[in-house]
Amino acid sequence: MRQRSAALLAAALTAMTAVAACSGGSGGTGGAAVAPSDPASVSGDITVLTHKTDLAADGTLQRYAAEFNKVYPNVHVKFEAIVNYEGDVKIRLNSSSYGDVLMIPAAVPVADYPRFFAPLGSSAELDRKYRFVDGGGYDGQVYGLAINGNATGMVYNKAVWQQAGITDWPTTPAEFRADLQAIKSKTQATPLYTIYHEGWPITAWQSYLGETGCDPGAGDALATDTAPWAAGKELNRIDTLLYDVVHDQLTEKDPTTTTWDAAKSRLGTGKIGTLPLASWAISQLKAAAKAGGADPSSIGFMPFPAQADGHFCSVISPDYREAVSIHSKHKEAARAWVDWFVDRSSYAQDQALLPTLKAGAMPEELKAYQDAGVRFIQLGQAKNAEVSKIDNQSEIGLNKPDYRQHLVDLARGAGSGTLDGYFAELNRKWAAAVKTAGS
Amino acid sequence: MHRPTRRRPGRGLLARSTPWLFLAVPLALLVTFTYTPVFSMLFYSLTSWDGFSPQKEFVGQANYTELFTRPDLFQVFFVSLFYLASGAVQMVLALYFATVLSFHVRFRNFFKGVLFFPYLVNGVAIGFVFLYFFQPGGTLDSVLGLFGARGDHLWLGDPQLVNWSLASVSLWRYLGLNFVLFLGAIQSVPGEIYEAAELDGANRWHQVRHIVLPGIRPVVSLSAILVVSGSLSAFEIPYIMTGGANGSTTFVIQTVKLAFQFNKVGLASAAAVVLLAVVLLTTWIQRVLVPDEGVELV
Repeated sequence: MRQRSAALLAAALTAMTAVAACSGGSGGTGGAAVAPSDPASVSGDITVLTHKTDLAADGTLQRYAAEFNKVYPNVHVKFEAIVNYEGDVKIRLNSSSYGDVLMIPAAVPVADYPRFFAPLGSSAELDRKYRFVDGGGYDGQVYGLAINGNATGMVYNKAVWQQAGITDWPTTPAEFRADLQAIKSKTQATPLYTIYHEGWPITAWQSYLGETGCDPGAGDALATDTAPWAAGKELNRIDTLLYDVVHDQLTEKDPTTTTWDAAKSRLGTGKIGTLPLASWAISQLKAAAKAGGADPSSIGFMPFPAQADGHFCSVISPDYREAVSIHSKHKEAARAWVDWFVDRSSYAQDQALLPTLKAGAMPEELKAYQDAGVRFIQLGQAKNAEVSKIDNQSEIGLNKPDYRQHLVDLARGAGSGTLDGYFAELNRKWAAAVKTAGS
Repeated sequence: MHRPTRRRPGRGLLARSTPWLFLAVPLALLVTFTYTPVFSMLFYSLTSWDGFSPQKEFVGQANYTELFTRPDLFQVFFVSLFYLASGAVQMVLALYFATVLSFHVRFRNFFKGVLFFPYLVNGVAIGFVFLYFFQPGGTLDSVLGLFGARGDHLWLGDPQLVNWSLASVSLWRYLGLNFVLFLGAIQSVPGEIYEAAELDGANRWHQVRHIVLPGIRPVVSLSAILVVSGSLSAFEIPYIMTGGANGSTTFVIQTVKLAFQFNKVGLASAAAVVLLAVVLLTTWIQRVLVPDEGVELV
């Protein structure tokens, strides 16, 4: 009997070390992904992992691939659309099979990029041509190029706002609340939806960080700030607005059952006034308006209701970054796709997004921003890794739904506690994590 | 009577290994998909691994220390009580339906199908269906309206109601499984015993009380174990329907969030090990309190 348990233990230990050994080390094939000099000479089959399941399903990506083949006739592109992209791909990074081209999952720390992705070139060189280069690189090398950028703001239904007698964008949180109140009393529409149930839409509030004070350093400041929710600070102002809007009952009646699809068509058809979502949502909401028999041109986009020095600010940030797998056998072909998609495809224009290419044309939807003199700012990325480490350590989850869902619960009287108490708790957790995780 | 004589020489090895050959496939599957992951989980629980980085730093029992020094991580077991309560109701209902439908009732098979059907439906689909069901002014409110109870209720939005709503979905979903277990057990009781009891003048209630219940006792206790371990590890329905929001977080949801939202795979593995230990412990206690005795009907 004793012998048998010893054998079992030995087997268990072997299993454990085997598991540890399998996942240790990158075992990569290495090498940079160099842009091919002659398009006709590149060949190979490449697999592109994508989170754009809708575009994969309706054939849009296939059309881009056909366009791509006009330039690179010998490269065959296959798309693998992944519904739970972030979660699935993060786990697949443990293996060596994660496609030739992929979007870098947000959870991967920048310092780990060289383990998983092939270098695309030096930051200094790529920075001349592209936006958002500095966050995709490590040690002077770039590992991922943003497929496009987003401008933060709020999508609104112009017709609903006009019906309530509002013509100008609100410039302060107080004015915003007064406007929403006007929508509530003068129209049939619900002034604002949080889409709490879906989780991800409520994380959009985090993207307003930096906007209320027009401060590009707002993100990096979190790495050392031990009270980011203190009165007057960015997070305090953003979260207070969310709290107040819900507390004034200017939002949907039961946030725990509202779905994104329903909200989409309800905004399109004028049953919702405002959705706090970034510019990527505009094209989808226009499509929803059209599907609902309403006028797509009634969909507008306004900045967060706060000004600094008489100006609105809008934070522009990169979407997923496209990278070449370090295990790819056709790195040249993969690089050709990345370059073509970012430089020459009509993706950003089609989807009303900010182009990554500095010389690229602004889509129609962001013209209103430019006309109104909204300043585009980019948040510094220098302390990104530390901030996300602190965020995980504190289990607050700035970009996760739970923390703002709890805020909504407090505001509608479903949670126990006060806003100030919650801010104090967040400050306490953050400060503790700054001490242990910060450097 | 045919008795096997001596084994023919040369076939001994094959004959002796035959059962092992048959067992090889299920054993391989069991080892690959149950024991290996459990052992890797034990290993992860001793590291501070983030889930994807190639480095796994060994931290010893630090994760367990953190787990047991943070009461907020165990608070969520309180939510399990709702599922435990619904599990008790579920067993009573399942037993009732199984007993009724084991006698001769009109449309017996139809009702069996109706009761078992929810168990066949995919959990994600159930989540979505009940999301509409529980909307204010949705299906449930309309039905209640027919009975005079008008008004919109926040079935998932009200913190007093949310866990009852979710637990009742869980009841609806797993009722079929318990029902089928009970029905099978009841039908395995030989029919002559009922006939004999009837001849002796026993009515239906007497039959249930003195034949059915003692006859299916092992299945009832098995079912109770499943209900308790199921309520401790409730996950699917609250995760799909609310994502753990509004105070509906269960221990497994919390573990999943630790692992995949905050990249604390080490701590989450420790939590999973603790859950496994809690489930094993409660099962053991149940077995001690209600020993599994042989069934003696005659």
